[in-house]
Amino acid sequence: MVWVNDIIQGILLGGLYALFAAGLALVFGVMRLVNLAHGDFSIMAAYIALVIVGSLSINPFYTLILVMIVMGIFGYAIQRGLFNFAMDAGPMQAILATFGVAIIVQNLLLEGFTANSKGLDAGRIENAFIRISDQVVIGWFPLITIIVAVAVLLGLQVFLSRTRMGRAFRATADNQRAAQLMGIDNRHLYGMAMALALAMVAIGGVFIGIRTTFSPSAGPLRLIFAYEAVIIGGLGSLWGTLVGGIVLGIAQVLGDHIQQGWGMLAGHLVFLALLAFRPQGLFAKQVQ
Amino acid sequence: MSLLELDHISTGYGHFQALFDVSLRIEEGETHAIIGANGAGKSTLLRTICGLIRTEPDKVRFDGQPIGQLPPHKRVGLGIAYVPEGRWVFPSLTVHENLLVGGHSRRKGIWTIDKVYELFPLLARLRNRQALGLSGGEQQALAIGRGLMANPRLLLLDEVSLGLAPVVVEKIYEAMPAIIEAGTTVLLVEQDVGQAMKFADRVSCMLEGRLVLEGKPGEISQDQIFAAYFGV
Repeated sequence: MVWVNDIIQGILLGGLYALFAAGLALVFGVMRLVNLAHGDFSIMAAYIALVIVGSLSINPFYTLILVMIVMGIFGYAIQRGLFNFAMDAGPMQAILATFGVAIIVQNLLLEGFTANSKGLDAGRIENAFIRISDQVVIGWFPLITIIVAVAVLLGLQVFLSRTRMGRAFRATADNQRAAQLMGIDNRHLYGMAMALALAMVAIGGVFIGIRTTFSPSAGPLRLIFAYEAVIIGGLGSLWGTLVGGIVLGIAQVLGDHIQQGWGMLAGHLVFLALLAFRPQGLFAKQVQ
Repeated sequence: MSLLELDHISTGYGHFQALFDVSLRIEEGETHAIIGANGAGKSTLLRTICGLIRTEPDKVRFDGQPIGQLPPHKRVGLGIAYVPEGRWVFPSLTVHENLLVGGHSRRKGIWTIDKVYELFPLLARLRNRQALGLSGGEQQALAIGRGLMANPRLLLLDEVSLGLAPVVVEKIYEAMPAIIEAGTTVLLVEQDVGQAMKFADRVSCMLEGRLVLEGKPGEISQDQIFAAYFGV
């Protein structure tokens, strides 16, 4: 039963990773941009929530909408103001631009908030749980996290398949030049994709800020988790991203169970094993 | 005023010059065919018109407006639709979604998704299929239908017959009269001289990046075309 509990905790943790990974996958899918600042953006979202909580003294849950809007606007602006130009120069230049932004974000956060770890206090909900049996306990907060993750992915799926803008996203992912010939303004579209991605990562950032502590230097590790979740799930597959996050989460929880501190290693090993034996990921989209 | 005016265009790709001093006028409502051998610059010419290649603003005028600098998506809004060589359908989208994306610009006009299905009944049967799995002919029909969804005033058709069996080409060209009747100005590029002559009001022939012959299909002789096509 202890194992059952571990797997359940892993699944719940996976929901959090999926929230990070979905934005990363969306940006890569639509514009083939590897955003190395993705993890730092999630930390940035957590600090924005911290500032709002500090000035309005409200529960961090209620900051969510505001943080999403701020991050969305920031995403659109940085895409149109910087990344679009870097992408014009070439894919390597674009990656380097995101790398540069990552460093700038880390250092600005360090400057503004010191290197001390901070946390978001969501109150009682953080410790509330449902006891299934003596050994299986489900925390309300992790449960809410995965429910939100599934809801976000569902919303993204509906957006991509049902709306005019969503179809434009997919058309651009398929063939950017052909999409332009249909009247799709790719620069605006890229801005919207980044806005959407950062709104999603804002949810992840605030949730992980409630779950654990964060500091300005924590971004790169989050990027790695998100990246691993995307690769495990398979590029281009929305639900693969969720499964990728869950696989990663289970591996980490089980690893920690075997020996405290092995969780991260176990996650990386699963990722490497997958790269070796199924490099296209578990749910790769069958196109091309 | 002509619908489209190209004014002494010289352009190319990087250091490779593909067009030399090309001037052309297309009148509203006409069907104009550009023929020529491989590499004569026909596709480059269309790409200059649709915006995949930019020029100085004044070099390309559409309805009197200088558009040489506009990106493709803005030209679609003005009413220029380009059906590219090689089709470029969106492989992961269904036929129906491909057509919907074709109408992204929301230009109003006579072409609706139902009208396109009427024009190409085979597309109606395939509406929920992924474009990836379509045959070459089906993809070409889809590409044209998608172009029509933009309700263009000027439709640019690039190498419709390329890589298709003659019987399939015939089937696709069956749609031409309906498109022309709708009042759409058509500029088509063809290697297949026979097809080009059948529908065109006027024909231009390109050779090594230059326009070398222009006239009405009935008025130019086989020998003239032969000479212009091969440069002999």
